[in-house]
Amino acid sequence: MENFLQQLLNGLSLGGIYALIALGYTMVYGVLKLINFAHGDLFTIGAYVGFTLLVSVGITDSVDPMAALIIMGATVMLFVATLGVGLERAAYRPLRHSPRLSAVVSALGASIFFQNAVMLIYGARFHVYPQGLFTKSTLSLFGLYLPLVKVFVLMVSLVVMTLLYFFIQKTLTGAAIRAVAIDHNAARLVGINVDKVVTIVFVVGPALGGLAGLMVGLLYGQITFTMGWLYGLKAFTAAILGGIGNIPGAMLGGIILGIIESMASAYLSIAWKDAVTFVVLILILTIRPTGILGERIAEKV
Amino acid sequence: MLLKVEGLVVKYGHIEALHGIDLHVEEGEVVTILGANGAGKSTTLLTISGLIRPEKGSISFNHKPIHKLQPHEIVRLGIAQVPEGRRLFGTLTVRENLLLGAITQKDKQGVARMEDRIYNLFPILKERSSQLAGTLSGGEQQMLAIGRALMSRPKLLLLDEPSLGLAPLLVKSIFETLEEINRNEGVTVLLVEQNARAALSIAHRGYVMETGRIVLSEEAKSLLVNPDVKKAYLGGH
Repeated sequence: MENFLQQLLNGLSLGGIYALIALGYTMVYGVLKLINFAHGDLFTIGAYVGFTLLVSVGITDSVDPMAALIIMGATVMLFVATLGVGLERAAYRPLRHSPRLSAVVSALGASIFFQNAVMLIYGARFHVYPQGLFTKSTLSLFGLYLPLVKVFVLMVSLVVMTLLYFFIQKTLTGAAIRAVAIDHNAARLVGINVDKVVTIVFVVGPALGGLAGLMVGLLYGQITFTMGWLYGLKAFTAAILGGIGNIPGAMLGGIILGIIESMASAYLSIAWKDAVTFVVLILILTIRPTGILGERIAEKV
Repeated sequence: MLLKVEGLVVKYGHIEALHGIDLHVEEGEVVTILGANGAGKSTTLLTISGLIRPEKGSISFNHKPIHKLQPHEIVRLGIAQVPEGRRLFGTLTVRENLLLGAITQKDKQGVARMEDRIYNLFPILKERSSQLAGTLSGGEQQMLAIGRALMSRPKLLLLDEPSLGLAPLLVKSIFETLEEINRNEGVTVLLVEQNARAALSIAHRGYVMETGRIVLSEEAKSLLVNPDVKKAYLGGH
């Protein structure tokens, strides 16, 4: 039982990370019907920006750990969001009215570009986040010893997801994003500036992806320039699992996938943990291709 | 003159859909464009709204050229469109659909007042305000589509086939409402219709389009008795 609860926390914190990345895929897919293959690499860049702040800037020397975490989170999100907006302008906007495949190829190109840029700047070997922000501190709860960093990552992802949910569901800008996802031309006829909506999506999605990268660095310590590939693929699976284009779906899919993966590595074999993810992807595509929440209501004529 | 379209040529790829359209709408008028499927009526409206770029020709609104503007800029100037098939945001609530119609409006109080006026015009929308738009009946959806367009406080309202798929009684009520909007709210109306009888019953003037050209332009009452129009669009009675 104790082992199970530990694994559940592992799964939830990993799932929170998958969910944050998955939101970027699903939001971009929602408004542009495009899989942003460079999204995983924006996640990687988030991890490296955090590393730079910790190691090269030495942010923990000048401020206390809590302030350092906040500054790192804000800087990473701002930096990666800027890259996201630049990516959309340079690689996707010029191809908005071209065949879908052109944008996909452009996305793959952008992915290779970002990955190699990170390798050129930081080198091809692993980098390690210094320990010390969370000095092995554990939280004792109901007789369980919970690593503080896992609880922290889970909390941050839950708070960010809640804020995003309210932004999308309760604000006029959120309604405009949903409207563009439903029907571009109807949105334009209503007076929505579609370019502006797309820009907002390319601020929010990459900011969350970058934040997830930072959290992976904090949680697992080790980062590499290719890490975005596997995390991206898994988060993409999570987005499909929840229903691509559906925002609560991406959150749910991420959490479920994180739990499945943790349980599989604990009770099956750690060697099988990646395979299990893709078994899930194959199953969902066979049984329910629209995903768990990806059902559209019938339009009456 | 509120709207002036001159020599409008529109191409889809290599195919010319409009071969030089001239039309105008005076402030306060209800003008209809009649014609069969594929005559270019919808293309004309979509070009006025800025969704399609014309190859040649000009469109001016309040004496200002608008054919190079973005659709949202055209809405802000005061032209709203109720598109063919309504094109509501089905998974958004009725109220969200209405509020998005006012997204170009900065004045919050003005938007709230307009929302109240829409609910006065179509009381059923108030009852259903938190329901998803996709769950409304066809007639209610058409009311919402008109309400959504009115939320931007347009000077000119473009409507593309508002009678499509509605029962005759509903068509009558929708057209009465359009007449009311024109008379009481001072909104000028440009109406594309296949239901020529209903359209001519409220219009001051009408144009007849055939294969990308305007072939006739007359007062509504003379179109109603024109033998060619009767034969082609009014069922020959």
